[in-house]
Amino acid sequence: MDPILWILLALLGFMLIGSLIAIETRDLLSSVICVGAVGFGTSLVFLLLGAPDLAITQVVVEILVLVVLVRVVITRRDETHATSRSTLPVGVVLLALGVMAAVVFGVLASREADEDLRLAPFGRPRMTRQVDAAALAPAGRPDLAPAGTEPASVGGAYLKHGLTADEASRGSGAANYVMGVLLDYRAYDTLGEATVIFVAVIGAYAVLRKVGRSRHAGNESDR
Amino acid sequence: MQGMSPIVKNITRLVAGFIVLFGAYIVLYGHVTPGGGFTGGVILAGGLALVVLAFGEAFARNVLTHEVAKVADSMGALLFLLVAVLGFAGGVFFTNFLPAGTLGHLVSAGTIPIANLGIGIKVGAGLFGAFLALAAFRRTTGAGQERADVLQSHS
Amino acid sequence: MTLAMLPFMLAFLLLVAGLYAIVAKRNLIKVIVGILVLDYAANLLLVLMGYRTPPVGKAPVAPILTGGWAQAEELAASAVDPVPQALILTSIVIGLSVTALVVALAVRLYEKYGTFDTELMRNLKG
Repeated sequence: MDPILWILLALLGFMLIGSLIAIETRDLLSSVICVGAVGFGTSLVFLLLGAPDLAITQVVVEILVLVVLVRVVITRRDETHATSRSTLPVGVVLLALGVMAAVVFGVLASREADEDLRLAPFGRPRMTRQVDAAALAPAGRPDLAPAGTEPASVGGAYLKHGLTADEASRGSGAANYVMGVLLDYRAYDTLGEATVIFVAVIGAYAVLRKVGRSRHAGNESDR
Repeated sequence: MQGMSPIVKNITRLVAGFIVLFGAYIVLYGHVTPGGGFTGGVILAGGLALVVLAFGEAFARNVLTHEVAKVADSMGALLFLLVAVLGFAGGVFFTNFLPAGTLGHLVSAGTIPIANLGIGIKVGAGLFGAFLALAAFRRTTGAGQERADVLQSHS
Repeated sequence: MTLAMLPFMLAFLLLVAGLYAIVAKRNLIKVIVGILVLDYAANLLLVLMGYRTPPVGKAPVAPILTGGWAQAEELAASAVDPVPQALILTSIVIGLSVTALVVALAVRLYEKYGTFDTELMRNLKG
């Protein structure tokens, strides 16, 4: 079919093999580096699918994750005896997870599911469908309905009305639609995200700060 | 944690300014080209992490301290919240109340560049502080280190 | 039609691999690897759901207006969905922060118990 799909499948296969190697290998440093390869593969997939912001962000985040993990692992590598056995029987875990994933995917991809719940085929998302705009009026106010047809999902509406040529009914005004969505239409989600990052960083400080008590060899008071 | 060899130090002196400049460019032009506050913030954190790794722990304790990272983090968050609260001037909590301007210019799209700046400072300083706490501070040897030696000698 | 569902199936498989590493591995670093793979798989799945096939012979169209007002109409008809991209952008940076937190916990546990192995930590018990 089209070459984008084949390149995408090749990249996804590469990522799957890389993640399986990262999970199963005994050496901790190799597994960390394999996770780095999976991250770079993700960045290539984002670039292929028309998401340049995500590709840049994924590359830089991947570099920082690699630096931190390699620093933590490289002086403590002699734990290889611990990676061989697992906590539960491997077959049971794989069977349970496989059945769960198959059921979820089957429900999402089948044709008999609800129109809103169903996974759209790859390349034709919900926003390519059009609905009659009279259905989009606020409840009880049918006079406020726009004319014609509108895209069936909110992303299509942002694309269609995100920038208008006249000042009176302007959209967000940003040429980068993703930034317009992130900081104008969905700015509250960005506020929540800033809060989550704040809390995670404070959590890392709180775990790693030097405790007030002295930590000599004989003092076991932090048990 | 010591610094690295003189080659790495000299190259860092040349390159670190460009990395910080690139990060600032991506933050400020986020509404025109791909990028934005989050991407630019992570690039800034990476550039500062490079400087700390190359010049050692002494640099992290004198110039780019943990206190600086914490204060910058909070200032970025406060700037973002200020933009959000000032949106009340337009009616509701987060409205884009400044004029939209011409498309594709640096000063356009209302409050979006200011919010991008706040997010960029916040994410950059926060992630740099987390990096300092994880990878740059030497930990005192506690009871765990002796237990590690005991485990090594028994296995 | 199954060829069109294959990218989603592979992303689901990646998700299952990450879950398996979190549930069934003893070493803390392997659990962190599982958290990372799960994060990437979830982001990947959402971006895959937002992709729109471009017109024949063209590259996938990113939702960025580079040609001025004249391009806005054509972009609205052929660009990929910007909403999943915006949400995944925040999700990637949140994944980095959560990884930093979990690695901080692992470092602290190593200092206290001297090992990354959870079974040995359970037996040592402080």
